[in-house]
Amino acid sequence: MNAILKTVLQRLALGFVTLFVVSALISASVELLPGDFAKEILGQAATPDTVKAFEKQVGLDRSPVTRYFSWIGGVLQGDFGTSYVAREGYTRTVVSLIVPRLMNTLFLAGMTAITAVPLALILGMLAALYRNTLFDRLINVTTLTAISSPEFFIAYILVLFLVARAHIFPALSTVDEDTGFAERIYRCTLPALTLLLVIVAHMMRMTRAAIINLLASPYIEMSRLKGISPRRIILHHALPNAWAPIANVIAVNLAYLIVGVVVVEVVFVYPGIGQLMVDAVSKRDLPVVQSCALVFATTYILLNLAADIVAIVTNPRLLHPR
Amino acid sequence: MSLQPDLPEEVVALAATAEASPRIARKSFGQRAWRELKHAPITAWIGLLIVAIYIICAVFAPLIAPYSETALVGDAYEPWGDQFLLGTDQLGRDMLSRLIFGARNTVGIAFLTTIFAFLIGGTLGLLSATLGGWTDQILGRAVDVLMAIPQLIFALVLLSIVGTSIVNLIVIIAVLDSTRVYRLSRAVAMNVVVLDFVEAAKLQGEKLGWIISREILPNILPPLVAEFGLRFCFVFLTISSLSFLGLGIQPPLADWGSMVHDNATLINYGDITPLLPAGAIALLTVGVNFIVDWFLHKASGLKE
Repeated sequence: MNAILKTVLQRLALGFVTLFVVSALISASVELLPGDFAKEILGQAATPDTVKAFEKQVGLDRSPVTRYFSWIGGVLQGDFGTSYVAREGYTRTVVSLIVPRLMNTLFLAGMTAITAVPLALILGMLAALYRNTLFDRLINVTTLTAISSPEFFIAYILVLFLVARAHIFPALSTVDEDTGFAERIYRCTLPALTLLLVIVAHMMRMTRAAIINLLASPYIEMSRLKGISPRRIILHHALPNAWAPIANVIAVNLAYLIVGVVVVEVVFVYPGIGQLMVDAVSKRDLPVVQSCALVFATTYILLNLAADIVAIVTNPRLLHPR
Repeated sequence: MSLQPDLPEEVVALAATAEASPRIARKSFGQRAWRELKHAPITAWIGLLIVAIYIICAVFAPLIAPYSETALVGDAYEPWGDQFLLGTDQLGRDMLSRLIFGARNTVGIAFLTTIFAFLIGGTLGLLSATLGGWTDQILGRAVDVLMAIPQLIFALVLLSIVGTSIVNLIVIIAVLDSTRVYRLSRAVAMNVVVLDFVEAAKLQGEKLGWIISREILPNILPPLVAEFGLRFCFVFLTISSLSFLGLGIQPPLADWGSMVHDNATLINYGDITPLLPAGAIALLTVGVNFIVDWFLHKASGLKE
């Protein structure tokens, strides 16, 4: 157990180093700004004074290192800076923009994950057990089509059938603080269903591949030759070794979910962090873009870290890397 | 050896000894390709057919399309009819023409981006594998960092900084995607670098360029070709998503992603026209995937 703890701590440390480097990279990307950026944001009428004031706000007058540490210092204290875009005469802090939208996104992602993970695992295992049958081939072609389609294609097909033809769901998933829980779930169904279809397809294929890989290993063949029932082989011999690849599959796909959420939120005008980021990119509102990117990147890194740790804990062989 | 007139003498001599061993008579590339195709599964044929149609559309777009991609030829949102087979878009441009030109713009840009990604990632990956040491370490860590950020998110950050244009789009996606190519080419090249003939070439005093392009590259080509297909699909979907978000290929160029976005309101009235460009994206990706599946199946020696 001690060795496991040590490796896990090592991984955690590595994860924090990655986080640090990634945040530095996001901060440093400002160096790529074209020279006339202030003019583009402020418009042609900008006076040299306002340009200078703006550059000061962006931090272009400071060295990249000082700028990074003042930014990350603020972030660690919950201060993500102020948005460039003034609305109704005053600018908003990035935190006040991000937090409610992050909650919405987490709600949508959580709703998808709770349904998608068990469904995908069960279907994936079934496909692996009945591989090369008609059921498997059918699933193979369907999932291939689903992962080959852009998210907005699946989203609009659902809109076409469930909104325009059948009138079951609303076309727009607008929610705000006053929306009740049941109403929220109802409005989130279409975006969640879109994400579900994409994620389940990905996750199923990966689960199937992982299980088939496992079932091909010699010790499974041995237990089959011994005459153990298939049920026992799966539950007692295969499954304990399958946890690591399955945890990996889940983490990779949840990480994929946070990227897929961007497009789906735009399709359904869902007020989540993905849509906030897309809006900010088209307005070139850098503090918001950087903060959103930091949130996405952190989630992504933490999920991958979680997968690593589950893999180590369930597979002691990984404790001794060659 | 009249077959290889442009090779240096010692290689010809080597080839001569190889030729002496019993082997199947050499067939031309066309004959071999046809042989493979005859035994190809139906999915591979469908894939090839789809890709062929797209290539024809892309190359001969101005000849096939009834109207120009930018011309306003009718009222906005005209229904399907004789004059406009698939109706018109939100500005009154012919939908069918824009769909055909989209093959050229969207697929062309994705293809170009994938080629750049392979040039960058492939070269660096092979260098990494061949040189090892510090080059390998530095490149490897840099790629690790780039891959720690979701690709679409990173692309959004960079686009917000440098602004949206086609050149920026191609460069950003190519660089971000080259990390995946780097990983793969380095991994497969690693297996070849340690083989004796590479060692022999090094001892012979061959230059780095020769070792990479003549000794290693031919031996890792099959996985790279398959990866090219998959990377193309990925790049194609990323660019379409960005265009759909209004941050990719900019108007007035016809592009499938933005066409879906611009005409999306029609879907709420039960009209399927805006789904056509999205379907075109999906169909091509499926087609390429079918071909890659078949190719991988062949290259892996028919194992499960």
